[in-house]
Amino acid sequence: MTSILESLNRGLRTCLEESDQVYVIGEDVLDPYGGAFKVTRGLSTDYPEHVITTPVSEAGIVGVGVGMALRGLYPVIEIMFGDFISLTVDQLINHAAKFRWMSNDQVRVPLVVRTPMGGRRGYGPTHSQSLEKHLLGAPGLRVVAATALGDAGDLLRKAVLEDDDPVLFLEHKALYAKKIIAHDELSDFKVDVSNERYPSYRLRIAGAPAPVITLAAYGYSAELAREAVKRLAFEHEIFSDLIVPTQLSPFELDDLIAAARLTKRLLTVEEGTMTLGWGAEVISRVLEEVGPGFQAQRVAADDMPIPAAGLLEKAVLPQIEDILEAAIALSEAN
Amino acid sequence: MSSPDNAAFYRRMLQIRRFEETVLDLFPRGLFYGTTHTYIGQEANAVGVLARLREGDIVVSNHRCHGHFLAYGGSMHALAAELMGRSTGICGGRGGSQHIQWRDFYANGILGGTVPMAVGMAASEKLKGGDRMVFSFIGDGTLGEGVVYESLNIAALGAFPILFIVENNRYAQSTPTRLNLAGEIPDRFKAFGIPVESIDSTDVVEIHEAVEPMLEYVRENKGPAAFVVHTYRFAPHSKGDDSRDPQEIARYRTKDPLPIQAERLDEALRREIQESVEIAVMDTFKQAETDPAADPASLTSPLGISR
Repeated sequence: MTSILESLNRGLRTCLEESDQVYVIGEDVLDPYGGAFKVTRGLSTDYPEHVITTPVSEAGIVGVGVGMALRGLYPVIEIMFGDFISLTVDQLINHAAKFRWMSNDQVRVPLVVRTPMGGRRGYGPTHSQSLEKHLLGAPGLRVVAATALGDAGDLLRKAVLEDDDPVLFLEHKALYAKKIIAHDELSDFKVDVSNERYPSYRLRIAGAPAPVITLAAYGYSAELAREAVKRLAFEHEIFSDLIVPTQLSPFELDDLIAAARLTKRLLTVEEGTMTLGWGAEVISRVLEEVGPGFQAQRVAADDMPIPAAGLLEKAVLPQIEDILEAAIALSEAN
Repeated sequence: MSSPDNAAFYRRMLQIRRFEETVLDLFPRGLFYGTTHTYIGQEANAVGVLARLREGDIVVSNHRCHGHFLAYGGSMHALAAELMGRSTGICGGRGGSQHIQWRDFYANGILGGTVPMAVGMAASEKLKGGDRMVFSFIGDGTLGEGVVYESLNIAALGAFPILFIVENNRYAQSTPTRLNLAGEIPDRFKAFGIPVESIDSTDVVEIHEAVEPMLEYVRENKGPAAFVVHTYRFAPHSKGDDSRDPQEIARYRTKDPLPIQAERLDEALRREIQESVEIAVMDTFKQAETDPAADPASLTSPLGISR
């Protein structure tokens, strides 16, 4: 069984094998160190000309990536912690996401910026965040989140080699050590995968009655939600389905809307802070489509920085118990 | 310097001057929408430096990009149409005055944000193994942006083929350099081991000569170099937002690059150039004005997804 870390590493290796226009760029990415989370381990040994270490200059290196992409290369920039994405926002929003459109489609920006988001490791307020909500909805910037439900490396390969537009590729830290889940291992679940470059997954308990509530989650939160779907069924006899998108922005919610049309109850789960977050937008969109009788709840991080101490961090970030509680309340709501 | 070059320099500078003056003249008539940043007074920089451009070289410009674009060889008509929001504009009306993309010419309105991008383009050319280089135009105001120094460091570390041209027009919008720039401009480049040449001149021939050693350095060593031109803009930062001392402007007007270059031409040639530029500029704006307006139906959603 391959871990998600290994899968991502293999994905980058495949990109380097398939195209000599690919450059893997970032801080501390060279061997023997191989990147802070070791996603790039071994790559500089085998592709020394195509793996480039950089100064500690997040804005600068993303800008360099924009320039390389505009000139026909496929740069893959690693930002060591997702928290540092704030340093790159001008490059992402005003450069990467703009050039193709404002040039009237004369140029392309096939840039990928990869970064680990998320907490649950005790890294404290500035190394644990899920900051993607600040970049969702930026026109021209695609945001993709790896999931344990598919081959994360293949998802990354598509972003690097098949996508003409800039992609912010999110890797939750807590996913790195997890194994990719083969769908036949999900024996409790029936899994449908949409036929898109960045697919969304629909999970239901196999053989269960029709779901009465729909959950939506991405990244590591989808793992918590998947566990919640099981416990809701087996411990509470509440049947649900779970939608896991990999493309967070721009929105394509057909599967979710179809599911919520049937259940009329939607619970979103995310690790970013709740206010003005992903769930808020998802629920609005679904409400606009589904209309009267629709009810929703959000589970998200508390609206405060993420504390370092283990017990405090646990209290701030969404836990499986929070999902169960919200789901039970929502299923009982009139 | 041969006389045809002198004539070409004058023609190009006059074209930029008259284009920009016409833009400022026409703004009150409501022919344009939005804003503009004119290059009046700085024409010798773009024309002198970009006369050294070779086929395939890349130019990265900024908010004050009209002069760079025209010196690069861009179409006056396409630029005028872009400013007027016509479908025939360089970017179909999407970009406007400060967001221009044509061939290997790129401009964006974010100060300093274009500099790492320019370095990335130079990196690309070096990695591809070609002979192209990048001309990155910035101003004194841009030196306040932190990402510039990240970019200089990266360019020097990678020995990427790029020339940074600093047009020090002595004001960041309304703020004089004495209030926003500590130390000396060349020292900023020297700190990264980037060779730098400075000139205080509005003479296009002098600028054209002075930049040559730096370009030679970039092309031979495939590493970065810098060229600082101490210059002055005669017109407002944008339009009608000038709080500078009129006497100071008048003082710098005595160093207008156009008369300096005009003196190198005999009167008949000078007059011929003036007349033909005048006709070309007037025709340009007349034509652009009758072009079809950019059509909202032409708007597409980025990434091909609409709600």
